[in-house]
Amino acid sequence: MEYTLYILLLPFLSFLLLGICGKWFSHRLSGLIGTCSLLAVTALSYLTAYEYFTMPRLADGTFERIVPFNATWLPFFNEGLHFDIGILLDPISVMMLIVISTVSLMVHIYSFGYMHGERGFQRYYAFLSLFTMSMLGLVVATNIFQMYLFWELVGVSSYLLIGFYFTSPAAIAASKKAFIVTRFADMFFLIGILLYGYYCGTFSFDSPEAMNIAQGGFILPAALGLMFIGGAGKSAMFPLHIWLPDAMEGPTPVSALIHAATMVVAGVYLVARMFPLFIAYAPSTLHIVAWVGAFTAFYAAAVACVQSDIKRVLAFSTISQIGFMMVALGVCTSTDPHEGGLGYMASMFHLFTHAMFKACLFLGAGCIIHAVHSNEMSAMGGLRKYMPITHLTFGISCLAIAGIPPFSGFFSKDEILTACFQYSPVMGWVMTIIAAMTAFYMFRLYYGIFWGTENKELHAHHTPHEAPLTMTIPIIILAAITCVCGWMPLGDTGFMPFGHFISSDGLAYHIHLDPTVAVTSIIFAVAAILLATYIYARDRQPIADALADRFSSLHKWAYHRFYMDEVYQFVTHRIIFAHISKPIAWFDRHVVDGFFNFLAWGTNSLSYAIRGFQSGRVQQYAWVFFVGVLIVILIMVL
Amino acid sequence: MIHLEYYLIVSAVMMFAGIYGFLTRRSTLAILLAIELMLNATDLNFAVFNRMLFPEGHEGYFFALFSIAISAAESAIAIAIMINIYRNVRSIQVKHLEKMKW
Amino acid sequence: MNAELIIFLVLALCVAVLSVMTVTTKSIIRAATYLLFVLFGTAGFYFLMGYTFLGSVQVMVYAGGIIVLYVFSILLTSGAKDDKLSTLTKGKIAASLLSSLVGLGVVLFILLTHQFKTAAGVTDTPSESLITIDTIGQFMLSTDKAGYLLPFEAVSVLLLACIIGGLVIARKR
Repeated sequence: MEYTLYILLLPFLSFLLLGICGKWFSHRLSGLIGTCSLLAVTALSYLTAYEYFTMPRLADGTFERIVPFNATWLPFFNEGLHFDIGILLDPISVMMLIVISTVSLMVHIYSFGYMHGERGFQRYYAFLSLFTMSMLGLVVATNIFQMYLFWELVGVSSYLLIGFYFTSPAAIAASKKAFIVTRFADMFFLIGILLYGYYCGTFSFDSPEAMNIAQGGFILPAALGLMFIGGAGKSAMFPLHIWLPDAMEGPTPVSALIHAATMVVAGVYLVARMFPLFIAYAPSTLHIVAWVGAFTAFYAAAVACVQSDIKRVLAFSTISQIGFMMVALGVCTSTDPHEGGLGYMASMFHLFTHAMFKACLFLGAGCIIHAVHSNEMSAMGGLRKYMPITHLTFGISCLAIAGIPPFSGFFSKDEILTACFQYSPVMGWVMTIIAAMTAFYMFRLYYGIFWGTENKELHAHHTPHEAPLTMTIPIIILAAITCVCGWMPLGDTGFMPFGHFISSDGLAYHIHLDPTVAVTSIIFAVAAILLATYIYARDRQPIADALADRFSSLHKWAYHRFYMDEVYQFVTHRIIFAHISKPIAWFDRHVVDGFFNFLAWGTNSLSYAIRGFQSGRVQQYAWVFFVGVLIVILIMVL
Repeated sequence: MIHLEYYLIVSAVMMFAGIYGFLTRRSTLAILLAIELMLNATDLNFAVFNRMLFPEGHEGYFFALFSIAISAAESAIAIAIMINIYRNVRSIQVKHLEKMKW
Repeated sequence: MNAELIIFLVLALCVAVLSVMTVTTKSIIRAATYLLFVLFGTAGFYFLMGYTFLGSVQVMVYAGGIIVLYVFSILLTSGAKDDKLSTLTKGKIAASLLSSLVGLGVVLFILLTHQFKTAAGVTDTPSESLITIDTIGQFMLSTDKAGYLLPFEAVSVLLLACIIGGLVIARKR
């Protein structure tokens, strides 16, 4: 399957072409170049997936790990430690190829309409190509170092895309915030990688050398924990989540691609990638992951209930859902899916379905913003008459994320809840309640946008209209995927084939619904939806206002995201800047710079003192030369 | 009998007269004349050493010959430069030739 | 005291005095004229040593070529009027004079105290030219160990470069 190399090369070439020559291309041409290369990448990804999953399994029932391309990039010492660049195909990387290329293609098509006539259209497509290349490189990485390399590339392209509207100060601040926060987390990731490479003598994911480390070792759990911090930064886990809501300053398709479907799940993918090591050597670290994920999911769901900016709501819902995925990974206790290893499959399943319906939600939000030119829910309401397609697809995605059968979210979330209940009832009930909160805030959003009172005075001079075809087709496709991908039979693999391909031990796993869990979660979800309907579906919302008044301080705290940004502000400015950075800066200015300033000053004054010798008079030089020769001769003679 | 030293004394006087001229003259052409004086003194030395110390060899002789040719070339170029400078600056005084300095 | 020595002494006196006058006279055209006589004197030395070809080259190239060139360029540029030595400060003149005299003294001291090993059988004045033009031609175009073909060709190229360079530099634009 050597053609998988083109999956990386095509977007990169498109990036180079658009980035270097883009300014001479028309908008249409550059968009076509980007989209066509993505179309080819998507086709190749599907071909890869088809060939990979139809290959005969190995004797032990797992899929073979294929490395179609590998190059040693930087060999170190003589001990076999080396950085490789290559392509690794295994079930989860192939699944991620599908997710990324599909969502990216949809976003490319959608951007044709959304970014129509924007300045820097070519630059936008160039960055999209760069991002797609980096993300694909990240998932097919053969080793942790290559993953880190593309991880940083992903961070850079995310920075570039968030700051795409570089004339807006908010976008610049958001891009800087995203970059700095994720960089800060990546520092831990790098330390983890170096620890891992140093003590295990390899950068590959699960090699025999790593297995040789003593079971009671402290190094491997620490290294894996540090790597998880890196993943938490990219995946916006509490308390490193603060960049994601601000990242919504970027163009909406970018939010759909990067901050909903692909980049933010990189952390989940990282943990899944290291999953065998986590299970074997660091189960306690894995449980920390679970609780961090659970807290993040709860925190983000609570904040999402009161936000008024629709993209912010979606951002917090993303954080919450990624928390679900982390929880699912964290609650695993073994690699056997029947005995406590179910969460791995559930997490990957949820990653897949979430990417589709969240991308659909974001793109739908983009259509709405396109129509009313505002992010605020107060500018919306009653839009169902004007935007039927968006309304329908948005509704489907809301049902999916709320966990209503037969939409895809139900199945994946149900698996997560089953895994949680297997781990501990407490975790199971917590996650069930968070799932209900998810349903509640999503339907609050849905009713706030499409039902309720219409903002007449805003719509008076600008009637909302349905988005153009380039924008509606992608959301229709994504909604269709959302409808079917949970249960769609695939050949003879039967009902819900996901577990057939991806499971924690690599064997085929037949997903079966746990009736108790399924019924409970459906009851909770429906109850939450009914509650949301009761509160928000009407033209006026007296109950919501009354609740906000009644718990005004709680509402205020949640609205301000529990003042996490302010906490960061305090810690960085008041403590770190004032008491650590300022003395260092003083030392640098006065001692380090001072020394070199002194050197420069000394040289300068010395030069001033002796510059008279350089008179430019040849005869004077000749005289000095002559006298010098005379002196030398006299010394030699005497 | 004319001794070697006699020639050398004369050439030394020529040489140091040239050096003195080089150091004190203010006109570039006069400086060039002083240089010719110094070159002439060295040519004489080459010939004398050859004649008096190594009569069988020819090195000094030919060195003097080539030296004359080269000094002719040198003064031709130098004079061409001086004339060009004079055209531009209307002077060949050393103190006026400072356009390309600094 | 034979005739050669008398001739030498006369020539030496002329050369020494005229050299000093070349660098001390106030008129540059006079300086050129004195230099001409110095060159003639040097040519006389060559003749005394029996290097007749070298002496004639000295007369032709230096006296006939270079000095004429100088005189023309002096007339073309500053005319016959030299700059005044008084434009220099007394201190500078004194320093130059002093260093030159010290240098002269040192050199004279060295060459008078050094014992030169004059080759045997060097007569005052050979009856005929020591090196004939025929020999010079053989040497100039010979490629063996003592041959001068390479310097000869190098000098010819140099002269060509000088002709072209002189034309290019002095050409009116």
